[in-house]
Amino acid sequence: MPADDLKPNEQIHPGKPVIVDRYTIGARINHWITAASLILLALSGLAMFHPSLFFLSGLFGGGQFTRFIHPWIGVVLFFSFLGLFLRFWKANLWRRDDGTWLARFRDVLANHEDNVPEVGKYNAGQKLVFWSMSVLIVILISSGLVAWDQYFSQYTTIDQKRLAILVHSIAAVAIIGVWIVHFYSAIWVRGTISAMTRGRVTGGWAWRHHRKWLRELVTRSSKGTGSSGQKPAK
Amino acid sequence: MFPPLPNPSTTETAPRFSEKDLIRRSASTVPAPEQQLTEVAKLIDVSKCIGCKACQTACIEWNDTHPEVGVFAGAFENPPDLTPDMFTLMRYSEWDNPETNELEWLIRKDGCMHCADPGCLKACPAPGAIVQYSNGIVDFVHENCIGCGYCIKGCPFNIPRISKVDHTAYKCTLCSDRVAVGQGPACAKACPTQAIVFGTKDEMKGWAAKRVEDLKSRGFANAGLYDPPGVGGTHVMYVLHHADQPELYSGLPKEPRISPLVEAWKGVTKYAGLTVLGVAAGVGLLHHLIMGPNRVTEADEERAEELTEGDSHARR
Ligand code: HEM
Ligand code: SF4
Ligand code: SF4
Repeated sequence: MPADDLKPNEQIHPGKPVIVDRYTIGARINHWITAASLILLALSGLAMFHPSLFFLSGLFGGGQFTRFIHPWIGVVLFFSFLGLFLRFWKANLWRRDDGTWLARFRDVLANHEDNVPEVGKYNAGQKLVFWSMSVLIVILISSGLVAWDQYFSQYTTIDQKRLAILVHSIAAVAIIGVWIVHFYSAIWVRGTISAMTRGRVTGGWAWRHHRKWLRELVTRSSKGTGSSGQKPAK
Repeated sequence: MFPPLPNPSTTETAPRFSEKDLIRRSASTVPAPEQQLTEVAKLIDVSKCIGCKACQTACIEWNDTHPEVGVFAGAFENPPDLTPDMFTLMRYSEWDNPETNELEWLIRKDGCMHCADPGCLKACPAPGAIVQYSNGIVDFVHENCIGCGYCIKGCPFNIPRISKVDHTAYKCTLCSDRVAVGQGPACAKACPTQAIVFGTKDEMKGWAAKRVEDLKSRGFANAGLYDPPGVGGTHVMYVLHHADQPELYSGLPKEPRISPLVEAWKGVTKYAGLTVLGVAAGVGLLHHLIMGPNRVTEADEERAEELTEGDSHARR
């Protein structure tokens, strides 16, 4: 049952409270580069999205620089997210329990997590965030290149550019929406942020939100010493 | 002959229109102007054009642009396309008229049409980078332009070009600076055959009607005026001998209008988009206010301790 693709770095440190390693320093740096680029992209993009938000271009030293830098940040985001994708895709593969979890999403929102199946490293919501960000970033970079007038204007027709910019703006709205969900979950579910800042969470957090993952880690560490016993925790 | 434009006066004259006469300003709103200026128009009579490019030269001269010395590409067009330094371009097409079996040389002066409903202005995200005066002139204001190229996507006529030097968009200004002091556009002034004339829009329509009548009497049954209603009419109009087939003239669009893709991008996407994001943030906030944070409890920590301790007992 090494189901959930446990990573070697995910170690349990017994104690009070138990501490569980969740992300390596590499994964965290990778994550925060991605986060910073997405936020800068959202701000610079929104400046060009709607006149009422044009003032945001002031954050980038004016419209000309906003126009210049936005696509370059997009390139950074693309490669940075590619790194995250390669690190996390396996743990985000859809499993049967995810459907059940999603069907009982109301219970999750109502703080009744006991009614949903035990969750591995990621729950269905996180997986959806992961996959929608992956798809949207591919859409955004490809439509963005078509709209990148400074370097790529000669490769497409005007009608293709029109379609690209329309798709780009819709995908941008969608990814900002997904980001809002992501950000809100990170702050609503207390104890989560430390996963991405210090790389570790408490055992209680793992028990409450990712119990299957915790059990698997415990099993692995006991296996490591040749023991066969897996303790049901009740 | 249409009365030629008078020579400029040598005394200083106050500009005839200014900021106060704006009816549209990109990515912003303007108060309705106090007075409505008389609409102006340039009429290009394709049937009279001899393709001499005097207008192109005059345009370069007046606007002080410096197009690169080009190469011969086997066609009369020079340069081969509009550029940030070439606001107007003579386009030449050869057409075998199937009815008469004769070769026709159709020459069109390409450039901004000064649409009454300008797609460039609709698409532009930078406040005040594109303006429209109540006399119909659509002008680009370079210090406000951010060089994004959205105007290119908005324009149904493929007109604006972005400079690689200052990264702002350029196109024909209808010589707004000359018109402001009672002059006509430089191209009209230079045209040796009066294929280009300039005046009020009504005058131009009247003059065009006479030209069309004349052409019809000479056997061009489909002669007509090109003032496309899809963009609300234009302030640069053509007299065409084959007005039923404007595409013959180097692809002049038959029914130009702002692309539905642009309308969707600048319309529903904006409003729906901002609403969706606002609602998403609002729902999050509301959920937090009602449900409060999802906290790990003491019991959770204890369970985890039991689980891991159970494990360390097993190890012993
Ligand atoms: C500044 C705002 C952000 C905060 C506070 C934040 C916070 C977090 C936290 C706490 C986690 C760990 C969740 C867990 O392990 O269960 C995480 C994971 C992740 N974050 Fe962010 N994040 C932010 C922005 C972003 C952005 C902009 C992106 C991408 C465009 C992103 C992509 C990811 C991905 C792919 C994961 C892996 C987890 C998964 O697959 O669901 N994050 N983030
Ligand atoms: S490039 Fe065109 S659309 Fe963009 S700011 Fe300049 S005038 Fe406006
Ligand atoms: S022809 Fe193009 S650039 Fe000129 S006013 Fe119309 S939309 Fe704008």
